[in-house]
Amino acid sequence: MWRFLVPAGILVALIAFFFVGLFRDPSYVPSPLINRPAPEFQLPQLQAPSAVLGSADLRRGEPVLLNVWATWCVGCREEHAKLVSIAEQGLIPIYGLNWKDDRDAALHWLERLGDPYVATAVDADGRVAIDWGVYGAPETFLLDGDGTVRYKHIGPLDTQTWEREFMPRIRALRDGRT
Amino acid sequence: MRALWLLLPILVLLATEAGAIDARDPFDDPDKQARYERLIREVRCLVCQNESIADSNAPLAADLRREIRSQMRDGVSDDEILDFLITRYGDFVVYRPPLGPHTILLWAAPLLLLAIGGFAFVRVIRARAGGTLDDELPPDSRPEDGVLGDTQDAKGSGQQ
Repeated sequence: MWRFLVPAGILVALIAFFFVGLFRDPSYVPSPLINRPAPEFQLPQLQAPSAVLGSADLRRGEPVLLNVWATWCVGCREEHAKLVSIAEQGLIPIYGLNWKDDRDAALHWLERLGDPYVATAVDADGRVAIDWGVYGAPETFLLDGDGTVRYKHIGPLDTQTWEREFMPRIRALRDGRT
Repeated sequence: MRALWLLLPILVLLATEAGAIDARDPFDDPDKQARYERLIREVRCLVCQNESIADSNAPLAADLRREIRSQMRDGVSDDEILDFLITRYGDFVVYRPPLGPHTILLWAAPLLLLAIGGFAFVRVIRARAGGTLDDELPPDSRPEDGVLGDTQDAKGSGQQ
C-alpha cells in the first residue's frame, strides 16, 4: 500500500509546487529595504540643477511616494497618467527619481505629459539607484512619515495596484499617526 | 593551414566573450583584475536573471561593475562588496546566497534529495535481493543478512 501512496504523495506535492510556480513572476525580486530607513542621498533637482533634493526632504511626517522613472522606460510612459491623476487628486505627495536619463528629454517629457512630482532628483549615473536597489524602472516606493520604506512596487502603477496595494497601506500609515 | 582557418570562428567567438567584460579601465595588477573578474561572475544581473553581471550588457550590470571596481580601488574586501549588494538587492543578487532561514531549504536540498534517493535505493536493492521487503519478515529470517555479512568480512580481510 505504502509503495504506491508515497510516490503518489510526492508527485502531488511536486505538481502543487509547479502549479503555484506557474503564477509567480520570476522578474519580481522582493526588496530587502522594506521596513528599513530610506537610503540617504543628495542629488540635483531636474528643474533647478543648483537646488538639492535629498532623503531628508522625503521625511515629511506624512507618507510620500518616490517614483523611479526615465524617458527611455516604456512602463513609465504607461503609468504616467496614473501618477498625474494621483497628484491632481492630492492623494499623496510624489517625488521623482529620474534614473540615468537625458535632462532635456526628461524636462520635455514633464512639459508634454504633465508633472506629477513635488520635485524630481536627477540620478544621472545611477549611483543612488543602486543604494535603493533599483533594477527596473518604473519602481515606486512608499515611505512613511519617518522616511522608512514601507512598500515597493516594481512595474507600471495601474489603478488596480493603486487601490489594492497602495491606498490601504497609506490609510493605515495615516491612521497610525493620528 | 586549413586547421588555422577552422580556428578563426573560434577566435571570433572568444573575442566577443572577452569584450563583454569592460575592457576599458582594467586594474594594473593582474591579481586584482582576476579577483574582479571572479567577483562579477558571482553577481546576478537582476534585469536578465540568467546572466551574471560579467556577461550582461544591461546598463544596470555596467553600473554594478563600475561600482565594484570603484569599491575594490578603495580597498573594500570581496565579502564586504557582496554584502553591500545583498543589503540593497537581496539574497537573489548573488548566485551563492548566504545561509539563512530563507535559503536553508535551497542549501539543504542536495543532501536531502541524496538521503531520500539513497534510502529508496537501499530499500529497492534489499527488496530485490530478498524478493520481499525486509521489514515484512522477522529479523532473524532475513535471507540477505548472511550474504551481506560474508561479503563485508571478505572485504575487510582483503584490505588488511
